[in-house]
This record gives sequence, structure tokens and C-alpha cells, in this order.
Amino acid sequence: MIKIRETNHMEYMDGMEQLDHTLMNKVLKMTEEYDYSRYTAVDVRNVLNKDSLDTYDLAVLLSPAAQPMLEKMAQKAKLETAKHFGNTVCMFTPLYIANYCENYCVYCGFNCSNKIHRGKLTMEEIEAEYKTIAATGLREILLLTGESKTASPVEYITDAVRLAKKYFSTIGIEVYPMNSDEYAMIKEAGADFVSVYQETYNPVKYEEVHLRGPKRVFPYRFNAQERALMGGMRGVAFGSLLGLSDFRKDAYAAGLHAFFIQQKYPWAEISYSLPRLRPYINNAENNPNDVHETQLLQVMLAYRLFMPYAGITISTRERAGFRDNVVGLAATKISAGVKVGIGGHGDNEQKGDEQFEISDPRSVDEVRNSLFEKGLQPVFTDYVRV
Amino acid sequence: MNNDKLVIGGHEFNSRFILGSGKFSMDMTKTVIENAGVEMATIAVRRADSGSSDSIIDYIPEGITLLPNTSGARTAEEALKIARLARELGCGDFVKVEVIRDTKYLLPDNYETVRATEMLAKDGFIVMPYMYPDLNAARALVNAGAAAVMPLASPIGSNKGLATKDFIKILVDEIDLPIIVDAGIGRPSQACEAMEMGCAAVMANTAIATAGNVALMASAFKSAIEAGRAAYLAGMGRVLEHRAEASSPLTGFLED
Repeated sequence: MIKIRETNHMEYMDGMEQLDHTLMNKVLKMTEEYDYSRYTAVDVRNVLNKDSLDTYDLAVLLSPAAQPMLEKMAQKAKLETAKHFGNTVCMFTPLYIANYCENYCVYCGFNCSNKIHRGKLTMEEIEAEYKTIAATGLREILLLTGESKTASPVEYITDAVRLAKKYFSTIGIEVYPMNSDEYAMIKEAGADFVSVYQETYNPVKYEEVHLRGPKRVFPYRFNAQERALMGGMRGVAFGSLLGLSDFRKDAYAAGLHAFFIQQKYPWAEISYSLPRLRPYINNAENNPNDVHETQLLQVMLAYRLFMPYAGITISTRERAGFRDNVVGLAATKISAGVKVGIGGHGDNEQKGDEQFEISDPRSVDEVRNSLFEKGLQPVFTDYVRV
Repeated sequence: MNNDKLVIGGHEFNSRFILGSGKFSMDMTKTVIENAGVEMATIAVRRADSGSSDSIIDYIPEGITLLPNTSGARTAEEALKIARLARELGCGDFVKVEVIRDTKYLLPDNYETVRATEMLAKDGFIVMPYMYPDLNAARALVNAGAAAVMPLASPIGSNKGLATKDFIKILVDEIDLPIIVDAGIGRPSQACEAMEMGCAAVMANTAIATAGNVALMASAFKSAIEAGRAAYLAGMGRVLEHRAEASSPLTGFLED
């Protein structure tokens, strides 16, 4: 039996770098005060007539009042996406190199209490994966591990990144949050982009669902993007696990978080991901916190209108039909040829279990062709490392 | 008009339209270039990876001068690295300097741009810096060895037109290099207006890429730029901007 609330989730553990909490406190306060029920259709129309949007406008666009105006939001979002990104869509693939995890997150298949098949690729196995992936034409890769600094130490990730440089022009990492000097090591090895998702920005809910491990420390995770930028990373990604807590508030908080980080680090490339917990199918109760495709799209469109210059990534957690229709509309980056087990590309053997099931198993060529069919331009390389 | 050439770094061009290529489908590139009648097109070095299956360079017809840009650079040193990479990729000696340290507005950093221009000019490049229209910075760019100066009309991708019109006019009046309006031009009429003012050329990308008919909009820009240039060469007639002159002269009382 896991002992609950054994540590204070707002207190740092030994070895965790501490940053100033001003930005975090601002985001949490604004989120707590966000009352999305107070906005009306008139407010939404006014926002849609504006040229540039601020945090008030984001609050309006994420409110229930905006949901019936999704089509109007979409019309405007499509124009904004075209203005900033043209018809280009970047393609990449994630590679899971290890799934050991020290955290106990009640909603996650990788969590340390689950008896799943754990694995970690050797450098030889990683290189075999790289070769298989690079042969599809892809030049951007996102390396993922479970969150275990013991099983997948910074040195291991650094080595994997250094090796990835031989095959890819753009390397991102989605691993456990670390200190700025550790991010600097990984940056030096060749990665420039960091994704960390806060899951929920509600500290009470956060404590309830993160029972154990370093991830339990809310502020350390919150400040990960900032530490990554301090370590020299070029871009950072934000997101909440929509549906875990009040999705409108969580979407609002992630939006604020990204917005204030960009203000503080104006050169940082900002992007969003929108993972969600799927509602139970045929659930008789219509839970207002359920994130169906309608709500997911509302959040995505709100982000596009709020920060038209930010990237939005659409993962294979969503079905092909949804993904194909949100690229060009709001999303600017799409994954393809995805395996979520540990390794397993091409003829390579899979060494560990999946964290979740994907809904779009299409190959790189299939996704590429479907972009062409929609008149979009797939982009394999959009970054030159300097 | 036939002898009216655009000269940049000793190279002559008949077209005064420079095409940005990064926002529409690569297989449209040839058609757009033909319809626009352009002789120079920008390419983003970050998109020109020769190891990738699709490189924009492969889609630009022969005879078109490539203008690689340094987008992605945050410092002069990074711009130099990217420009050298462009040269290795066979893009020639022209380079459009873009040094941007702001991902929201994509406004160029004039200070770093001047530094980059100096470094690149010394390295043998024909340097065309993208800049915020500031007279002092433009003079510094001249001294740094720029071959043209490319002030923004309004933020990249905004299609808002000549928001900085008065300041661009100052550059046209004071700077003895081609002034090429870059970024923010949303309509052919705005391109035409820039040319009427005496700008040497116009660059556009988003306005064409976001049009309903990309190829047709390319033709529209071509005509507008030619019309604006012809109007400039013809010498604009006097235009009363505020109100008509008083019909009775105010100085008619003088008895010399």
C-alpha cells in the first residue's frame, strides 16, 4: 500500500534547484480567480473582433460561452495559422528509450506501482532505432524516458542525444525535469527543445494524484521550462493533461504559463501540446469536465488565437480524422510512424510496454501523403543548429 | 523603363519583386515564381537541409538568384554560421540577414543585425539586412557594408501594410542604397505605394501564400510593383493631402 501525502508537495527535495516563485504565484492566483461562467456570447464576439489578444481574451475563449462559437473561432484561427506558418506542417516522431519510473501518478500506465514490462535501450539499440527512423526521411526526433533519474540518468540521456545528432537536425527531450546545469549538458550534446507537462495546475488536485517521487514537487515541475531556457535550450513546450482536473482552468493556466515565460524570455520558442484523458464512452452522466473532441478543439483554437506565433503539436493519442483536420487549422506539428513501446521501430525488438495506446498508427509516408492531399506542405527540417 | 535595373552588390535585376518562399507548397514554387516574374527568391537555410527528402532549393528554377536568410539566428555569430552553411549548400553569396530575438513579434534586433552585416560583408557575402526602419541603424548598416537595406513595413506575417511608412521614406531620402520593403505587405496596393515612394523593390511572402489563388496573387503583385515603379519614375503629380488651397491668395496684399 502506498502511503499517501508522505511529503509536502510544495517543498523541494534535496538537490532540486529553486527558482523565484513570482511567475508561478501569478499563474496560480489568476487561475484560482478565473471564473469562466461569467463570460457571455457578447464577450466572445468582442474578442473575435480584436487584432491581438491578451490574457483576458484567453479566459473568454476558454469559457463555455465560446463553445457554441467554435466555427467562428476556427475561421479566424485558420487565417492566423496561415499568416504565421503558411501551409507548412512539421513532422517528427517520438522515441521512447526507457520506461523506468520513480513516480506514482494515479492516472499513468508507467507509474512505479504498475507491474508492467520495464526496459531501457542500450546505445546500440538506440542507434538501430535512429537508423530505422531516419530512413523514413524524418529529421526531427523527440526522445522520451519514464521519470527515473536513477535508471535513466542525465548521462544516459546525454549520450542518446549525442548519438541522435548523427541522424537528426532537431532533437527534443521529454524526460523528468532537471536542474539548469543538467539541461545545459544535454543542450551541449545536441538537444534544443524541452517538453514538460504540468498535468494539472491545481495544486490540491496535483497533490492528490502525484503520490510519490520527485514529480510530487509541484514548483520544481512548474519551473522546468524556465530552468531549461536558463540552461540554453531554444524552445519549450507546455501543456496540461486535460480532464485530470477542471480542464478549462488547466488550459487557462498552461496558456498563462507559456505567455509569461515568453514575456520573460522573449527569444524562447513556445509550443503547446494538448494531451487529454478521454471521457468514458457511453457514460450516462454528462460530466462538465469531460474533454470530448469539441472541448479539445476549443482549447486548441483558443491557444492559436491567443498566441498565433506558438507551435501546437498534435499527437497520435487522437484519431487520424481529427489530426488531419486540425493541422493547418491550428496545429503546426504532427507526429507519424509512432511506437509508444520502448524501441520497436521497423524490425527492432520492443523492450518495454507502452504508456498508452495510440489512435493513429499511420506511417510517415501515409501522414505525409495525407498532408499533401490537403494542400499542406510537410516540413521535415525546420531548424539549423548553431 | 527597359534600362531601369535594380542593382544590388553589382548584380543587375529587371524584376523589383523578391519572393519569400517559406509559406506555400513547394510544388507551387515554380508557378509562383513565373507568375510573379521574380528573379530572386529567399530560402530559409533551416529548411534547406540537403539530407532531407524535400529541400526547397530543389524546387526553385535555375536562373533564379537564391537569397538565403538567416532565420533562426539570435546573434550575429549565429547569423554568420547559418550564412556559411548556405554557401556550403551552394546558395551563392547573397544573404538576407535576419537576427531575431523575439518570437512574438519577430522584430529584428538592429544592433545584432549591424554586427552581423559587418561580419558577413567581411566574409565576402552580398548582405541584405532585414531591419526595423531606424535612420541611425540604417547608416550603421551602410558603414558595415550592406548591399541593400530591408526595412519592415509592419510585423512579419501581419499583412498590415506600410505601418512604418514615414520612417521608410526617411530611409529612401537619406540612404544611398536600395531600400527594399520587407515584411508586412498584405496587398498589391501597399506594394504599389511602397514603390511610388521610391523604394527599390518589395519582398512578399505571406500575402501571396495566404491568398485564395496563390498564382493569381503573384501576378497581381507583379503588376502592382511595376505600376508603382513606373509612377515613381514618371514623377508623381502634386497631391493635396489635407484640404484645398484658398482660392484667394493669402499673400496677395504685398505691394513691392
